[in-house]
Amino acid sequence: MHSPDVYGLMAEFADPNELVAAAHRAHHEGYRRMDAYSPLPIEELHEAIGFHNTRLPLIVLIGGIVGGLAGYLLQWWASAVAYPLNVGGKPFHSWPAFIPVTFECTILGAALSAVFGMLALNGLPQPYHPVFNVPRFTLASRSGFFLCIEARDGKFDLSRTRAFLETLGATEVTTVAD
Amino acid sequence: MDNPMPLEERQLTGAGSGVPVIAPGHTFGSVTDKISAIVLTRRTPIGWYLGFMTAAALTGLLLVSLSYLVVEGIGIWGNNIPVAWAFDITNFVWWIGIGHAGTLISAILLLLRQTWRTSINRFAEAMTLCAVACAGIFPLFHTGRPWLAYWLLPYPNTMGIWPQFRSPLVWDVFAVSTYATVSLLFWFVGLVPDLATLRDRSQSRTGRIIYGALALGWRGSAMHWHRYETAYLLLAGIATPLVVSVHTVVSFDFAVAIVPGWHTTIFPPYFVAGAIYSGFAMVLTLSIPIRAIYGLQDFITLRHLENMAKVMLVTGLIVAYGYTVEAFIAWYGGNAYEGFMIWNRITGPYAPAYWALLLCNVIIPQILWFKSVRTNVIVLFVLSLVVNVGMWLERFIIIVTSLHRDFLPSSWGMYQPTFWDWSTYLGTIGLFLMLLFLFVRFLPLISIFEMRTLLPEAKGEQ
Repeated sequence: MHSPDVYGLMAEFADPNELVAAAHRAHHEGYRRMDAYSPLPIEELHEAIGFHNTRLPLIVLIGGIVGGLAGYLLQWWASAVAYPLNVGGKPFHSWPAFIPVTFECTILGAALSAVFGMLALNGLPQPYHPVFNVPRFTLASRSGFFLCIEARDGKFDLSRTRAFLETLGATEVTTVAD
Repeated sequence: MDNPMPLEERQLTGAGSGVPVIAPGHTFGSVTDKISAIVLTRRTPIGWYLGFMTAAALTGLLLVSLSYLVVEGIGIWGNNIPVAWAFDITNFVWWIGIGHAGTLISAILLLLRQTWRTSINRFAEAMTLCAVACAGIFPLFHTGRPWLAYWLLPYPNTMGIWPQFRSPLVWDVFAVSTYATVSLLFWFVGLVPDLATLRDRSQSRTGRIIYGALALGWRGSAMHWHRYETAYLLLAGIATPLVVSVHTVVSFDFAVAIVPGWHTTIFPPYFVAGAIYSGFAMVLTLSIPIRAIYGLQDFITLRHLENMAKVMLVTGLIVAYGYTVEAFIAWYGGNAYEGFMIWNRITGPYAPAYWALLLCNVIIPQILWFKSVRTNVIVLFVLSLVVNVGMWLERFIIIVTSLHRDFLPSSWGMYQPTFWDWSTYLGTIGLFLMLLFLFVRFLPLISIFEMRTLLPEAKGEQ
């Protein structure tokens, strides 16, 4: 279907609205393996390329719960089992005193899972990616808006897909080497 | 966002306040170029070298002071029974408090959709990290044997002992280390897209390699942005209760003890308000010269300075309420020791410091009621210094005046700072400024990608 050394076709657009419109049209046309690149987050763009939800909130919830439980169990085990110490006649398992550390551990667990979960789901760090082979792609971090239809898409055809992208109002369409 | 447009428009045109949060006429390209040029292409101003060298010299003083302390022991400080906590803990609380404005600006104002925060949040977060680093030095070296500081952490050891989890000092270890970690993560996550911008725009190979490695291969993919924004919002939601908890736990260090002047329930809210008060004062102290030196008046507008002044006015009033309640309860509670404590603050040997504190924190800041003051850059700068001094005096008063008159007159004492108390304190100010100078030189001090989202272009209005 496609030559192995082509990653896809990259179209450049002038502004965020054109990019979103183009992504909608491409998705409507039946393309599924594509990604859009922009220098700022665009509210509706991920939905336009057909990506809806992320599991990240669930990961953060689990991270927070695990952190909190670990913090509480650590304190209970240290204070009531491993090293019971009578402080002013308080019970060994004096749970109200364990709340601040439990709270901090919950926060720590949730924050670590938010950051590392986001990086892991995004597949970062990733030093090499074929899109960086496009010379104008350096503008994706300044003022450029790009849509890339990937060669592994079932509908991908070098000449027909290029013609399609040109109808979307792209200022430039480039073949991305793999 | 259900309907962000009217709000954005109002903020961009500045309706209601007269001054916009970003000057008109900017585009995605111009915002990117202007901010990244500070790091990549513009000549480093001579003022940067002078400032950096001064700060580095003070950091040298810090290294000398800490080395001498390690050799000689904490006897080189003026602390002694009954005043076992003095400059060290005063400075610790002062620095931690300063850090709070950074998290407040980056997390709480994000949740409240205050888009004006965008041009100051990166800088304020960096300030938080530097302040927490300075704060950490004090309790660490106050242990006297900083190389054994890991004993504070719970880990299985051959001594068979564990930390005392009923002690607020152990809570503090967890609160401050969690705060430092989460602040670092929040700051770094915010930096990643801007590091990609620097990677793509750097002219030098070294720059491309270093910024490229730090940018983790960020390429602005729509799927990545979606997860990124989710993570950022969740982090803001997590950091909000965290920032409130940190100074609450710091106040527990005092409030849980039975010392008159410390043992009071007003401490947690009053400490949190004081932290935000001093933090905003420090943001003003730093941002006013920076916007002048780097010509960033387009991005850090009078609107920002005025909003920060308003936050200071409100938190200053909460702090004033705290002082009032402290004095009222000391009288109304009828406890002889508590009553003596407040009377001793007002008329005792440290009375000048107490009156200076009221002058700096309560009386002078009332000029912020006037709009002409809130929009006068020079007056705001001077006032921010006054509040910084006032908040330092507050912690000094709370710690030293409460300790120096013990329950029995036979245990009374006085505290006088030594040269090494002063040099360590000045040294941390040097370290703080040196780290900030490095940050301003090598990283974008305004969040570039968030500034892009504020432009009319981002909403499709060319």
